[in-house]
Amino acid sequence: MDVSRRGFLKIAGGTLAVGGIGFRPSLAHAEPLKIQYAKETTTICPYCSVGCSIIVSTRNGKVVNTEGDPDSPINRGSLCTKGGSIYQMANNENRLGKPLYRAPYATEWKEVDWEWTLDRIAENVKKSRDKSFRATNDKGEVVNRTEGIASVGSAALDNEECFVYQKFLRGLGLVYIEHQARI
Amino acid sequence: MTNHWIDIRNSDVILIMGSNPASNHPIAFKWITAAMEKGAKVICVDPRFTQSAAKSHIYAPLRSGTDIAFLGGMIKYILDNKLYFEEYVRNYTNATFLVNPDLKLPGDNNGVFSGLTDGKYDKSTWSYQTEGDGRIKKDPTMQDPNCVFQLLKKHYSRYTPEVVNQVTGTPVDKLIEIYKLYGSTGTKDRSAVELYAMGWTQHTVGTQNIRTMCMIQLLLGNMGVPGGGVAAMRGESNVQGSTDHGLLFHIWPGYLGTPKASLATLAAYLEKETPSTKEPNSLNWWKNKPKYVASFLRAMYGTNVTLDEAYNLLPKIDDGANYSWLNLFDQMYKGKFTGFFAWGMNPACSGAHSNKVRQAMTRLDWLVNVNLFDNETGSFWRGPGMDPKKIKTEVFLLPCAASIEKEGSIINSGRWNQWRYKAINPPGVALPDGDITSEIYFKVKGLYEKEGGPNADAITKLSWNYGPKTFDGHFHFDPHAVAKEINGVFLEDKTVENPTKPGEFKEFKKGDPVPTFAWLQDDGSTSSGCWVYCGSYTDKNMSARREGKKDPTGIGLYPEWAWAWPVNRRILYNGASVDPEGNPWSAKKAAIKWSGDKWVGDVPDGAGNPGSGRPPFIMKPDGVASIFGPGLADGPFPEHYEPLECPVEKNVLSPQKNNPTIKRFDKPGVGSDLDVYSGVDSCDPKYPFICATYRISEHWQTGVLTRWCPWLAEMQPEMWCEMSKELAKERGISNGDKVIVSSPRGQVECVAIVTPRFKPFNIDGNILHEVGIPWHFGWITTKDRSYNPGDKKAEVFTRGDAANLLVPTIGDANTTIPESKAFMVNVVKK
Ligand code: SF4
Ligand code: SF4
Repeated sequence: MDVSRRGFLKIAGGTLAVGGIGFRPSLAHAEPLKIQYAKETTTICPYCSVGCSIIVSTRNGKVVNTEGDPDSPINRGSLCTKGGSIYQMANNENRLGKPLYRAPYATEWKEVDWEWTLDRIAENVKKSRDKSFRATNDKGEVVNRTEGIASVGSAALDNEECFVYQKFLRGLGLVYIEHQARI
Repeated sequence: MTNHWIDIRNSDVILIMGSNPASNHPIAFKWITAAMEKGAKVICVDPRFTQSAAKSHIYAPLRSGTDIAFLGGMIKYILDNKLYFEEYVRNYTNATFLVNPDLKLPGDNNGVFSGLTDGKYDKSTWSYQTEGDGRIKKDPTMQDPNCVFQLLKKHYSRYTPEVVNQVTGTPVDKLIEIYKLYGSTGTKDRSAVELYAMGWTQHTVGTQNIRTMCMIQLLLGNMGVPGGGVAAMRGESNVQGSTDHGLLFHIWPGYLGTPKASLATLAAYLEKETPSTKEPNSLNWWKNKPKYVASFLRAMYGTNVTLDEAYNLLPKIDDGANYSWLNLFDQMYKGKFTGFFAWGMNPACSGAHSNKVRQAMTRLDWLVNVNLFDNETGSFWRGPGMDPKKIKTEVFLLPCAASIEKEGSIINSGRWNQWRYKAINPPGVALPDGDITSEIYFKVKGLYEKEGGPNADAITKLSWNYGPKTFDGHFHFDPHAVAKEINGVFLEDKTVENPTKPGEFKEFKKGDPVPTFAWLQDDGSTSSGCWVYCGSYTDKNMSARREGKKDPTGIGLYPEWAWAWPVNRRILYNGASVDPEGNPWSAKKAAIKWSGDKWVGDVPDGAGNPGSGRPPFIMKPDGVASIFGPGLADGPFPEHYEPLECPVEKNVLSPQKNNPTIKRFDKPGVGSDLDVYSGVDSCDPKYPFICATYRISEHWQTGVLTRWCPWLAEMQPEMWCEMSKELAKERGISNGDKVIVSSPRGQVECVAIVTPRFKPFNIDGNILHEVGIPWHFGWITTKDRSYNPGDKKAEVFTRGDAANLLVPTIGDANTTIPESKAFMVNVVKK
């Protein structure tokens, strides 16, 4: 029988409704499934390259559960310790929620807003680029490159983000472009 | 990976060497176990008795950095005992090619190939003999003393089991047992796969480690077949994708070489970079390169500029220059850069010689670091030994969305591309990385539009149609729009001849998706950001979650789950899984079959119609796989060289101790004052032990994410050093003691794990010790550092700093990947 996970839940739910597998109905009522009324989306584990599929259950904008996705032929519902901890990536007070700024010679971070941050970064980029841009190299060959800015990153980005990131960097004229694949 | 995760199930023998999947790719072990349940044998070769070793049928120890000796011995064994798959070797590899008789092999030339001067090879003797019309001369009997097969035999005749044992420390009986078992897969019905990871790449001979294995797989006919292949198990969920999309200095997306300064025009670039062949039956797929280049340029600039202008606007690298990681940080340390993006990375812990990396960042004017958590890179200015009041660098730490807070695709090691869906909003005002890139881009573009600047068109003319400005003034980044651009579209109405059915035409309208890369054009009428992804987003998103339960071939291809590049092909080189008449070598394990008028099964790769004579390795100009590989910097055959830092005085195989083509950063005028090595010329008693870094299942990379997750931090809270009982006894160390592990670059405090998993090596009569350290730790999540009010504080603290503080600045001769798997340290009780 080819039962998808949702099909399985329906069957299991049906069994519960008729009071099967030895549950007292009142107990089943008192402790509803953690994922009851939750919205489900799927994701792929952000850690290693096996590509395990994960079901993320959310309620009222909060992740209430994460578990291995049995429909994926790759992991068939299994996750390792890391994939099994995705819940804590979302429910984590230590996540950064605001841009932080450290001025030259400052000893601490300061919270700043996006608008100011983006303006300041753009000014820095332009200044560094204009100062270090070389139209030609020592041999007089056209090179059109920015030598004073470097970038590393990132295998942690989605494909679409990688593509636009390289577009941005090459548009700026960077040649020092590297990332995790080199280490 | 040439094949994919589920395909491991089809293997008869699995060799785990240069990796530890039980710990580092845990769910992959599901498929290793599935193979074992069907009778497969698993071999594990590793300096340490790992969790993978514990699950294997045969375990053999080997000293770090001696893999080529081990595998070279296997090649000799396979040849001596005629275990190779002769028909495959003759038809599908370059074993029959006749090589220039002037080529000298290391055995006759002091350990190096002919052509070496000043650490660089002139490869003129690494060439083939040709007929008058330019075709390569061949000897199908493989008897000519200058044919690749005979040269291979000659080269590896030096790698006897006794010599291999002297180099590797692996007992001779283990060597023979493994050679015999692995060699048993050189038959039609049997296949074997090799699983490697950083244990092979992070060496000064990293590329050649992998090539030696590829040669073995070709000799045994294990390439292109189910259950075969060479499996690069990548360490990050999307490092395949970030490489495919060209986030490296030397390649544009789709593995198109970054243009060099000497190639002034697009025409010159295409002329130089597009391979040609004189082999009459060879398809030479890369002859299509001009189509992929033109389509990439269109994806960069749309029709805002001409193709020639687009080529001109983009940066060129100097001929022969290398801008890779180690050089990048070397230049940063020397003050070359004023600005630096560390985007979704933590080089303060992941970079070899982390002290140099950390110091290098003090020389910057500004640093932009994008991450989910505070980390050792963004906060480098307040790390150990730093005085913030003396550090000028202006730092921006930008909060980004986690994987479940945005949508987009990532591609796994088996090249299966899978879409992820958004579950919740990111915390606070954090944004997806794509949105942040877009925002910065539009700010920079605005400045150049307003103020101008050098080569401003390169920025202002980029195409960037990824969604409208939203009500609050921000630019929405729509990953679907980008995915379509990566796939490619027609930029004008066009009628195109079907590339696979001459005489049949198809009409496309402007804006139509390009169905597959075979339809891409070289005249600028199509765009495609990364040609290998063409076909991933056509009339629908092929990487979206589909109900992919079907396995029509029964060999686990699941063609409707995810989308694999290229063209949803699951097993690369599968054209080599059939004989020249088109019959699968093995009926039980058929990747493709000829149905009478077409191939069925997997999407065929390189297979011509049966009997057409087309050699199947179509990405090689001559159509066959390379047992002789003149493309690499350090030799057409792999040769054993010692790691740069190593515990032996001499290379047993030759007078040449180290890889002669590596870049030594300790030479005057090359690296910096911080670049010091130990024991290069003679063994240094100050650092007597070999050390390798490794990973564990509870943490990921530098721990930049996992150290902040209390469940994981609680399971593995602390840096340790794993060592043998014998070494511990010698140094008076007990299990659980605090120890200091040091190298000429730095030191780390660890807890000693005294274990029989490491055993001393007997190398040519000397007892040598190796230790291992995980590289997941860093100071930011420790308790004892200073905290400012409002600082983030880990819920569960960890202890210890980065293993990379110890690792030298030295890299592979081809890739410059650092040698983190074999360097010298000292270990003392604290
Ligand atoms: S500890 Fe792990 S393996 Fe053991 S029962 Fe729990 S989940 Fe299963
Ligand atoms: S769950 Fe574990 S094995 Fe699966 S992708 Fe994530 S890290 Fe890898």
